[in-house]
Amino acid sequence: MNDPEAAGAGTFSRRTFLKGLGTTAVAAVAAQTTAVAAELEKVNAEKVIGPGAVPVTLKVNGKTLKLQLEPRVTLLDALRNYSSLTGAKEGCDRAACGACTVLFDGLPIYSCQKLAIEAQGHQITTIEGLARDGKLSPVQQAFVEKDALQCGYCTPGFIMSVTALLKQNPHPTADEIKHACAGNLCRCGTHPHILQAVFQAAGVKVTSKTEVIYG
Amino acid sequence: MASWPQPTKYISHVTTRVDGPPKATGRARYSSDIQADGWLYGMILRSKWPSAKISEINLDPALKIPGIKAAVKARDGEFTVRFYGEEIAAVAGTTKQGCLDALRAIEVRAEPRNEFVVNENEARKDGAPEVWAGTPNVTPGRPREHGDVDRAFGECTAVIEGFYTTAVQLHNSMETHGSTVSWTEEGITAWASTQGISSMRDGLAGALQLDQSQVRVITDFMGGGFGSKFGAGVESMLAARLSREAKAPVRLMLTRFDEALAVGNRPSSFQKIKMGAKADGTLHAFEAENYGTAGIGAGGDAGGGGGGANIPMPYLYPVPNFRVQQASVAVNAGSARAFRAPGNPPASFGMESAMDDLAVKLGMDPLEFRLKNDPNEVRQREYKIGAEKLGWKKKYRKPGSSSGVVKTGIGCAGAAWHGGGPSRDTHGEASINPDGSIEFRLGVQDIGTGTKTVIAVVAAEMLGLKPEQITVKVGDTNFPPGPASGGSRTCASVSPTVYDICQRALQQLQARTGISDARGQNWFAACKKLGVNPLVVHGDWIEGLSTRPAYGVQFAEVAVDTETGLVTVKKIVAVHDCGLMIDTLTLESQINGGVIMGMGYALYEERVMDDLSGVMLNPNFETYKLPGLADVPEIEVVLLNMPERGVIGIGEPATVPTAAAIGNAVANALGVRVGSLPITPAKVLAALGKVPPVATT
Repeated sequence: MNDPEAAGAGTFSRRTFLKGLGTTAVAAVAAQTTAVAAELEKVNAEKVIGPGAVPVTLKVNGKTLKLQLEPRVTLLDALRNYSSLTGAKEGCDRAACGACTVLFDGLPIYSCQKLAIEAQGHQITTIEGLARDGKLSPVQQAFVEKDALQCGYCTPGFIMSVTALLKQNPHPTADEIKHACAGNLCRCGTHPHILQAVFQAAGVKVTSKTEVIYG
Repeated sequence: MASWPQPTKYISHVTTRVDGPPKATGRARYSSDIQADGWLYGMILRSKWPSAKISEINLDPALKIPGIKAAVKARDGEFTVRFYGEEIAAVAGTTKQGCLDALRAIEVRAEPRNEFVVNENEARKDGAPEVWAGTPNVTPGRPREHGDVDRAFGECTAVIEGFYTTAVQLHNSMETHGSTVSWTEEGITAWASTQGISSMRDGLAGALQLDQSQVRVITDFMGGGFGSKFGAGVESMLAARLSREAKAPVRLMLTRFDEALAVGNRPSSFQKIKMGAKADGTLHAFEAENYGTAGIGAGGDAGGGGGGANIPMPYLYPVPNFRVQQASVAVNAGSARAFRAPGNPPASFGMESAMDDLAVKLGMDPLEFRLKNDPNEVRQREYKIGAEKLGWKKKYRKPGSSSGVVKTGIGCAGAAWHGGGPSRDTHGEASINPDGSIEFRLGVQDIGTGTKTVIAVVAAEMLGLKPEQITVKVGDTNFPPGPASGGSRTCASVSPTVYDICQRALQQLQARTGISDARGQNWFAACKKLGVNPLVVHGDWIEGLSTRPAYGVQFAEVAVDTETGLVTVKKIVAVHDCGLMIDTLTLESQINGGVIMGMGYALYEERVMDDLSGVMLNPNFETYKLPGLADVPEIEVVLLNMPERGVIGIGEPATVPTAAAIGNAVANALGVRVGSLPITPAKVLAALGKVPPVATT
């Protein structure tokens, strides 16, 4: 069903749909479509790259990575499969789980949704780039101390989201932490400890309410 | 008889996870991170039909795609696929993108059948399409009966009849199933995301006709399993065959889409329960009919096992007169597998819902009703502790009596986990080096539960060292074997084994060095006397230090918006016991995790199948909803430490009662029961009569 009009049998075609919209809206849509097409034509005339591998240069954790990649290779694949940086994880490959979160010029992004070629010229930080001289970053240290990790597969993504949050907002509220982590999933159910770890990394003293009763 | 030391420095105290730093820095290498020399991607082509005869598969076009090094069929000759997502073929190549192209290029000649059924209510009807030709879809369980049920109902003061249903739940571990397999002339090495390295080795060797000595399975880090990762699995067999063809290591990890379709789930349940009590509140009669689907895993070959649709009924409570009839219904969908406390969460939801409904009918407080009927002394204590923590007496109101648009309610439920228990067949060894460093090697797995930390804590306690001085290695079939990690077994299996290794180490150190007590401050002096070679000590699981079962109770407090139908869990109080607690920090994590998974089961999670096309509609995280940080309530954990019982696991019991407690709290808030999981806004509004009822799948 690539062309709804060609299908014919349906009672609802693109034509009737357009009729339903006001003429102004149709004109606007049409004008926009023409503009986009023209823009694409212009861009394509300038440079067509691929489909074969092309040279790609990435700046990751302060170092330069020179790779040969098909243009359709994502930043996540470039890191995990064309270099040894396997810290960012693939949990869904479609922007739903956040295990692949990296910093892109300091902002958290899903690296599975960014083509490697688009990432050229930007500063990329992965989980491997946070510890300095073997010393864990405050966020990493807090995650370990508060046991904000179980199987650990989602952990790099959470740590990157939290790192970005604390950089922008060093003293977040619980709601702000929840918002910042809304794009990260964890199946082991580590969430309460993640919340504690973020507070601790932000310098707020956190004590567990857990009570142990003997006997 | 061996006994645990008292008092303790590390056991029952807080030790941070020994593999926390590698996990927090990205240094940990999971099965999906393995980059063996010259490795290739592997990918699987799956059936787009819920039922079809596959008559021919042409792999040649795939092999012509640049970079593709091997392609194999899932099975030779003609074969039948029985669910949307069943394996058809697999390819291996140098790039992921090339593999995607190759999957599209494979030519499959298939005869799709229109006769299929994905809905268990349809599948059990007369004349329904047979999932396994010649075999009825419904496999009845053995009826169980005790006492005189019909007479007993006549003797009851109050009788309720309810229909309680639970949906198919997906494991959805964050790391998908799969492995990197390298097949050379010497045999194969599989870096596998598995809960059972030995069961994986057994499966691979059997299927590939290799000697077991030729198969090595390594699981250094793995990203969760929850019961779905015991066997070798089709995906690992295919990876191995691709590796043999391509003469290169193949990494084949499932996509999230594959993961939802083909590697296990928790069966659904449809529980018709009739239950009666005498005037004093004593349970007297119980009758239940239950059916559920384990996908294609019921009715025919159960392959994979461990995930049947039958559930323990009547759960927790001894009813003198009961009759239970169950059935497993086959449908054209992926097979069930063991899932965290198999059978228990659905049983808990049915029985504990019925308990509250009957308490209401009797005019009793549901907590009092439980204390009257639950003979278990541990749970009796736990209910009292939890009630105190939550403020039950102050907060409990008659169902539906909370005022306003947003109504609040509280509920509780009990748990038990009798399965698993320690494995006597657990072994391990330690190398004690002359410089005092020490490495433990056990052929078990750390699936995120903290097994490595447990080993380090027990060893540190026994040897008078610090946990960080202990090196722990698990997850390699070259190590002395232990059980698969599931059923809350691992902690109770490894703790006594490490105890035994340490005792033997101290004895041998004494014999070799003359130092009578090599523990603590004498450790380094004793080790130094070993000379050049390390002392290697073997040990086994020993009696008297671990046991089963574990119990536990949970309380839930919820707010329900009667205009939108949205349920918000405000608070969970989780009171749990697991004998002698090893590390209270990772233990707390396990309980949090069980509660949150149970909350997903209660409110969000459900596999949705399309009856007409036979396709699963939500094989992704956008539409199969897991709880997120913003959904998670305050969880107050109370641990009942009972050292005299020995070590018991906690993974399963922590997830058992959550959904039932939340369901009871919702019923308490609304004054009407939403008897179907997940408790979605639509079901809440339907229960309030504000929208038409939702069909339960």
